[in-house]
Amino acid sequence: MKLSNLGRIATVAVAAIAIGLMAAPALAQAPTPPAPTPNKGDTAWMLTASALVLLMTVPGLALFYGGLVRTKNMLSMLMQVFACVCMVCIIWVVYGYSMAFTEGTSFNPFFGGFSKAFLAGVTPESNVETFTDGVVIPEYVYICFQMTFAAITPALIVGSMAERMKFSAIMLFLALWVTFVYFPIAHMVWYWAGPAATVGAGKALAAATGDAKVAAQTAMDAVVANAGIAFQWGALDFAGGTVVHINAGIAGLMGALVVGKRVGFGREAMPPHSLTMTLVGAALLWVGWFGFNAGSALEAGGTAALAMINTFVATAAAALAWMLAEKIFKGKPSLLGGASGAVAGLVAVTPASGFAGPMGAIVLGVVAGFVCMFFCSAIKNALRYDDALDVFGVHCIGGIIGAIGTGFLAAPSLGGTGVFDYTAGKIADYDMAAQVIIQCKVVALTLVWSGVGSLVLFLIVKMIVGLRPGTDQEREGLDLVDHGERAYNY
Amino acid sequence: MKLVTAIIKPFKLEEVRSALTDLGLQGMTVTEVKGYGRQKGHTEIYRGAEYAVSFLPKVKIEVVVPSGTVDKAVEAIVRTARTGQIGDGKIFVSPIDHAVRVRTGETDDSAI
Repeated sequence: MKLSNLGRIATVAVAAIAIGLMAAPALAQAPTPPAPTPNKGDTAWMLTASALVLLMTVPGLALFYGGLVRTKNMLSMLMQVFACVCMVCIIWVVYGYSMAFTEGTSFNPFFGGFSKAFLAGVTPESNVETFTDGVVIPEYVYICFQMTFAAITPALIVGSMAERMKFSAIMLFLALWVTFVYFPIAHMVWYWAGPAATVGAGKALAAATGDAKVAAQTAMDAVVANAGIAFQWGALDFAGGTVVHINAGIAGLMGALVVGKRVGFGREAMPPHSLTMTLVGAALLWVGWFGFNAGSALEAGGTAALAMINTFVATAAAALAWMLAEKIFKGKPSLLGGASGAVAGLVAVTPASGFAGPMGAIVLGVVAGFVCMFFCSAIKNALRYDDALDVFGVHCIGGIIGAIGTGFLAAPSLGGTGVFDYTAGKIADYDMAAQVIIQCKVVALTLVWSGVGSLVLFLIVKMIVGLRPGTDQEREGLDLVDHGERAYNY
Repeated sequence: MKLVTAIIKPFKLEEVRSALTDLGLQGMTVTEVKGYGRQKGHTEIYRGAEYAVSFLPKVKIEVVVPSGTVDKAVEAIVRTARTGQIGDGKIFVSPIDHAVRVRTGETDDSAI
């Protein structure tokens, strides 16, 4: 691989981290620097960010979704999100973290290995690299931070099949889904050898002469190849536009199609039972999202601050855009529209949050607000599928807008940060067209992997336990049928 | 004895109650109901889903009055519940055969 390509590929600053590989064999002659120790500020921020992301899911997402269903299904919604988080936390430490963030075998471009299953070898002294050469955070906090991402992504899916899917089927599906879809996609997009190995190999290559050049190039190629497939392409996804939102959104669409429409869909009124809850949930999502986006910098510094301000302004712009679109096309701006717009903006800014400038983020938010609003009303109604809580229309469509938009907005000419070249130690020249094409490729990769994978998994679950309760049970409501309790006893 | 059933706008309940109390009536039963007449409903929009809501919230007052008081009671309700807009409600008057006060066993006019 040419050095010029290497720079861009190796420099993609996404929320991933190196797991070891501090020195490739060919670099043995380089002097070994003292092992870096975590900065307490970085560590404190990442502990906080991890807790904030959990807040997004429980109670944020649970209340956002819960308010949107009918009274008889309120608890089922809260329960599905809550139980999903609990289950994925356990799966994550058993094998999920290892599958996502360790070096795999011959399938390394697609998923990792099992060397850290049961968190083997991780101690309070273990550290992982951030995106800066020589900066580390404790591995346990990194595991926790990424655990919360693994937990919220499957929880997003359940909104598509709300009010009509058996609890047992949901739990089985989500366990399979994180294993065969989420962990591989996270590995493809976020796993790389890390800054130290890349910088070291780059320096060795620059210093090498004559025959040593070939060996140094081989070592460099090995470092570059030790990354997920999308990372090798040079895809930019700061906090999970592809990994979290497109991934969950397309899975939700598959769920809505395989599970089928709710009984009475299109004939009976199914208004949200409490938009008050929905706003509380949406607001908690917004607050928690600062941990999600700013935490994805993995350090408490300027990039985190950039992600934070982008998470403020893109969200506000998208909420205003959705409300304005409603005012224009439907006559009245609604609270649900504002809350939905805020979530669409949060989704869209997620991949761009550490790359775009604040003005770019506002543009991104406005586009997401308008397009998602149009999608959730006109297009969804025309296609007549029952994506109950608009997981596809908000998360997948918003995610695609964000992922492709990142290719434009990362450009320094549009106020973006550009991409740091670890080999040259500076911001690389930015080729917008090439980056947008790469972004489209990673979007397509996610849509295909998650779309096909989810479809197959839904069909498997349908064969094993069945997907739906009986029609009478569905009319009675999942709260009583699945959980034997009611949300409100006046 | 007559049963006066009035269906009125919810925010008018307190005025109506006050007017009926001024007539010396000592009790009433109030129910939150939904329905429609000439006043049509409205449309609610939740993202892409639009619902026509035909049934509007109203309050139903039931009060049993001595036959001699019924005209005054009806007049008091009309006077206080009216806004002049469609949807002000209706009043129905029907005969009552018999009434008993549970605590004392008193019957008819002395029971109401």
